[in-house]
Amino acid sequence: MLDLIIIGAGPAGLSAAIYAARARLNAVILEQNYVNGGQIMDTYEVDNYPGLPGISGMELSEKMAEHVERFGVEVQNACVEDLDLTGDIKKVVTDEGVFEARAVIIASGAIHSHLGVDGEERLAGMGVSYCATCDGAFYRNKEAAVIGGGNVAVEDAIFLARGCSKVYVVHRRDELRADKILQEQLLKLPNVEMVWNSNLKSVNGDKKVESITVVNKLDQSEREIQLSGCFIAVGIEPRSAFARNHIATDEKGYIIADETGVTNVPGVFAAGDVRTKQLRQVVTAVADGANAVTSVQRYLLEK
Amino acid sequence: MVYHFDESNFEAEVLKSELPVFVDFYADWCGPCKMMSPVIDKLADEYAGRIKVGKVNVDDCMDLAQQFNITSIPNMVFIKNGQVVDRVIGAVPKPAMKAKFEANAQ
Repeated sequence: MLDLIIIGAGPAGLSAAIYAARARLNAVILEQNYVNGGQIMDTYEVDNYPGLPGISGMELSEKMAEHVERFGVEVQNACVEDLDLTGDIKKVVTDEGVFEARAVIIASGAIHSHLGVDGEERLAGMGVSYCATCDGAFYRNKEAAVIGGGNVAVEDAIFLARGCSKVYVVHRRDELRADKILQEQLLKLPNVEMVWNSNLKSVNGDKKVESITVVNKLDQSEREIQLSGCFIAVGIEPRSAFARNHIATDEKGYIIADETGVTNVPGVFAAGDVRTKQLRQVVTAVADGANAVTSVQRYLLEK
Repeated sequence: MVYHFDESNFEAEVLKSELPVFVDFYADWCGPCKMMSPVIDKLADEYAGRIKVGKVNVDDCMDLAQQFNITSIPNMVFIKNGQVVDRVIGAVPKPAMKAKFEANAQ
């Protein structure tokens, strides 16, 4: 019998695995993708993780996965479909069969949100993208827009501005939410134009993106911007669909838990982006993983 | 096995292939491409003889990438008799990818 199942091999899950191995818990990680690292795999530079300035997301996730490997925790490739948390033995139903353990840490993370505007889905992969580091190279010397005003949006815009002839940043407010250091970098780039107080109305084009239409919130005026790429970075939503019928979540689907990771279901803990929290970053995710394992140890001792 | 396609062998190996062909347009700097790589290797073995599986490095083959309207990677294209019959864009979980292989295999 396993002591612990960790769902997700992003920074929270990998950190939990390291702490679990050191606590001599018999643990397994379930990850639906074949490479571990979660969202940081899409990040060209993680510049706020102490001790590793400027490291790429891919490299950081590789280092974390190697660290886990060194402690011998198995990562099983399986896609979680449902949970049965009613008994003392927790059951995790996956496409690779049912896994059972005495405790579960849900560290399934989050995925980028869609806006749901006209043309977004139809032109996905044909000019509409959610990953600037993946697709930015296809827009060299072309014009592109980034929709959003948070850290990811601003990082994407800075990255794209290296290759694109022009980058528009469309944001619904008159100031950015991103870290000040990123804002400073962005606003001094000569080929970036801020489109403030504006919402994306539609992405236009027949077989590929040809333009976007934005609406100014202050005077309702519409503007059509000719471009080839539309990068959508309007935030994230939790990957918690498999858990929603079994664990308390907030209205957005984040699992309700504080930094201890304790949820409303005994023996089930949440760590990283999937839980309710103030700041979703690598540095807070790895802290969550460690805390959740501490809670698991307490729970198992009291059982 | 997984083939490496480029401009020199694309016509012979892909467009004139008797088997359906799965082409993974990827780049070394793309995290989600890296995620898909092991699953593609595994499916290539599982579907050997039913689908020919290969990769195109978009950095080396920009013309091919343009020809197939690749603006987002990973971009995985199924080709039968020289025609694109199906496409998967972005990293997808293993069961979804396997379902696509099953649907397009000979």
